[in-house]
Amino acid sequence: MGIFDFLRARQKNTATIARERLRIIVAQERSQRGAPDYLPLLRRELLEVIRKYVNVDQEAVDVHVERDGGHDVLELSVALPERPTAGLRAEG
Amino acid sequence: MTEVIVVTSGKGGVGKTTSSASLAVGLARRGLKVAVIDFDVGLRNLDLIMGCERRVVYDFVNVIHGECTLKQALIRDKRFDTLYLLAASQTRDKEALTKEGVERVLEELRQEGFHYIVCDSPAGIEKGAFLAMYFADRAVVVVNPEVSSVRDSDRILGLLASKTRRAELGAAPVEQHLLLTRYNPARVINGDMMSIEDVKEILGIEVVGVIPESEGVLAASNSGVPVILDEDVSAGQAYDDAVARLLGEQRPMRFIDAPKKGLFSRLFGG
Repeated sequence: MGIFDFLRARQKNTATIARERLRIIVAQERSQRGAPDYLPLLRRELLEVIRKYVNVDQEAVDVHVERDGGHDVLELSVALPERPTAGLRAEG
Repeated sequence: MTEVIVVTSGKGGVGKTTSSASLAVGLARRGLKVAVIDFDVGLRNLDLIMGCERRVVYDFVNVIHGECTLKQALIRDKRFDTLYLLAASQTRDKEALTKEGVERVLEELRQEGFHYIVCDSPAGIEKGAFLAMYFADRAVVVVNPEVSSVRDSDRILGLLASKTRRAELGAAPVEQHLLLTRYNPARVINGDMMSIEDVKEILGIEVVGVIPESEGVLAASNSGVPVILDEDVSAGQAYDDAVARLLGEQRPMRFIDAPKKGLFSRLFGG
C-alpha cells in the first residue's frame, strides 16, 4: 500500500466476482453433465406447448434426468404463475 | 510398469506444451525412460519447445500409417538419453490419428520399457484431444487462474471421468492433478486474480504444482530449452517441484507469495 493510494480510484475485488460466477456456472454445468443431448430442445418445445395454455416464464420449465437405481427418470417440473392469465386454473 | 500421463486443458494458450516439455525433461532427468508425444496434428510445436525441430524426419502419423517404424520416428533428446520425442504430423487431415493406431504406438512403447509416456494434448475437445486422454492413467490439467480456463478445465475433468478407456472399462478412474500456470501472487493479493485456493475449491481436485508467471518461460521457448532446465528461473524450479510431487514426493509450494516491495514502490504504490 503506497501512501498516495487514496488518490487512485478504489478498485473492486474482481477475483471474488470471478470465483462466484464460476461457482454457479460450474455447478450448473456439472448437473447437466451426462444428460441426453436432446434435453434443451425438449425443454424448449415443452415450453412452447405449455405457453399455448398458460403464460409461464422462460425459466418456468425445468427438465432433468435423474438416475434412480437401474433406470433413468425424466423429471419435469413446471412452475405456474400465481394467477393464470389464460383459460387454465392452477390447483395449488 | 508404464504410466501414460496426458497434459490437457481444453482452453488453448494456457501452457500445455511448455508443461509437457518440462514435465518430460524433469522425469527423464531422474533417469526414467520417457517418451513425449505431440498429439496436435496439423500444428506441431512441441519439437520447437524441446529444441529439436530440425531433427524431425518422421512423425506420429507416419508411424500409425506404417510408413516408418516407431524407432525411426522417435527423436532422442541431445541432453538426456532416456528422453524421446514423437512429433505431431503437419498434415491437415484431422482424421489421421486413429484410436487403434494410438493404442498400437503406446503398446510398443510399453514393450520398449518406457516408464512414462507424456501425451501433449491439443486445445479443444475434438478428436486429437480425445485420443490424447483416452489411454491415460493420469491427467495433468493445466489451468490459468482466469474464468474461461477454469470453466474449460472443469469440462475436461468431466470428459476424463467419462470418455477414457478407464471410464469405459469401469477401471480405477484417471488420476487427476491440477497444474496452475501463469500465477501472479502480487495480483492475487491485490484481488484481481483468483488464488490457488479459489481454483482448487471450484474444480475440487488436488494441485500438483503452481508455476509463477515468469519472463523466463518465453526466453526458454525462444531458445528451445525447456524452462525446467533454467535453474535461475522460478518457473523452472516450480516445474521441478511438480515433477517431484507427481512421483509422490512431498514438497511445499514455492513462489506463491508476492515479492517484497522496495522503499520506492512502498511509497508510491504499483
